[in-house]
Amino acid sequence: MKYLTEFRDGAIAQRLAAEIRQITTKPWAIMEVCGGQTHSILRNGIDQLLPPEIELIHGPGCPVCVTPLEMIDKALAIAALPDVIFCSFGDMLRVPGSDRDLFRVKSEGGDVRIVYSPLDAVALARQHPTRQVVFFGIGFETTAPANAMAVHMAKREGLTNFSMLVSHVLVPPAIDAIMNAPANRVQAFLAAGHVCSVMGFWQYPPLATRHRVPIVITGFEPLDVLDGILRTVRQLEAGEHRVENAYERVVTFDGNLPAQQLLDEVFAESDRAWRGIGVIPRSGWRLSDAYADFDAEHRFDVRDITTVESARCRAGEVLQGAIKPTDCAAFGAECTPRTPLGATMVSTEGACAAYFNYGRVVQLERVRV
Amino acid sequence: MCLAVPGRIVEIREEHGTRMARLDFGGIQKTVCLAYLPDAVIGDYAIVHVGFAISRINEESALETLRHFRELGILEEELGEVPDDAYRAPEACPLPT
Repeated sequence: MKYLTEFRDGAIAQRLAAEIRQITTKPWAIMEVCGGQTHSILRNGIDQLLPPEIELIHGPGCPVCVTPLEMIDKALAIAALPDVIFCSFGDMLRVPGSDRDLFRVKSEGGDVRIVYSPLDAVALARQHPTRQVVFFGIGFETTAPANAMAVHMAKREGLTNFSMLVSHVLVPPAIDAIMNAPANRVQAFLAAGHVCSVMGFWQYPPLATRHRVPIVITGFEPLDVLDGILRTVRQLEAGEHRVENAYERVVTFDGNLPAQQLLDEVFAESDRAWRGIGVIPRSGWRLSDAYADFDAEHRFDVRDITTVESARCRAGEVLQGAIKPTDCAAFGAECTPRTPLGATMVSTEGACAAYFNYGRVVQLERVRV
Repeated sequence: MCLAVPGRIVEIREEHGTRMARLDFGGIQKTVCLAYLPDAVIGDYAIVHVGFAISRINEESALETLRHFRELGILEEELGEVPDDAYRAPEACPLPT
């Protein structure tokens, strides 16, 4: 496919990796923020092409993984109600809540449906005027324009049987929180290219300056990721800390302005709890006051939820880059994509699932033998 | 959820007052909302997230990047991989008002 396969060329990947090896003189810890990039790195073996001095720390950019347990439990409670059609992106169905997941609710008779776009949920609300249709609006800045449009459209059409359980999170406050953490080891960031396709990268120069940290906007294909790493290492070796755009074919400084305009209208900044990490101030979006009638948390009584996190799961430490998935005793043993203890093993953007699916589990078994 | 595949716009039409498009993703065609890309025209490549075209691919920049990469080595045959992202387009969407 055009603009896809060209960026997967193996020979050029080897040359980029050779260039990285050549210029690297010191150990550097680089975080790729986005779980999509983590999967690209593991699937394409990019981590194995890099010199031993370069450590890639996998970031918290997995929307399914950081959606707080309390929100999952609220989703489970709402989905189990009679007369509710609960719609979600497919990834969320196997995410463990305190005592079950959405698949379990579905098997027990709940009307849980996987949709590919939030507008599919709006269409269901039109088709079923006597039922309440709830969409689980999660994600980073990439899914937000679609979710915003769905709520906007429901309001415009007067669809009073549509609502959204919103748990949106934002990348820049997470970068800030990571850099402020006392135990932080991250020295540079590969910023998430598709988040920037929506938001641009005007939010990043103050972060790079304040934390003296290189931030390179990076794409998702193997050559994009290697190019992002190469530019990051160049800056680190030169003692620079700039924002650099290595994904120019998709990302502009301003981003998508019509999308940002609707996001401003539909959402308002709020503190957000990140699963495994804790509350990060002003790190998410809730529905704005003008759209409060469409907030599923207001429409359904889901207060007083007591959450119980798995005692065995170390997803929080994985999400903060403190440990690698293979450092967890449960990894590949009782915790697999079929029997996940935590969301990082479920999601197609979760670091544990990436390690499991792309062969790092085999290495682990070899070590254990 | 944040992965996206570039598709080529092959048709643009209005649906319920909304700008919609057919995009070709390496042979598979899907309907996508163009509300967020009001300037997009037929032939453009766009990145799509959950049924919405979010950004146009700047072909000049893509070619420039590839030219830069080629300078590092010899371009081999394309690998011929296909994207694994499941994707289905929404029915319709309005323009932001």
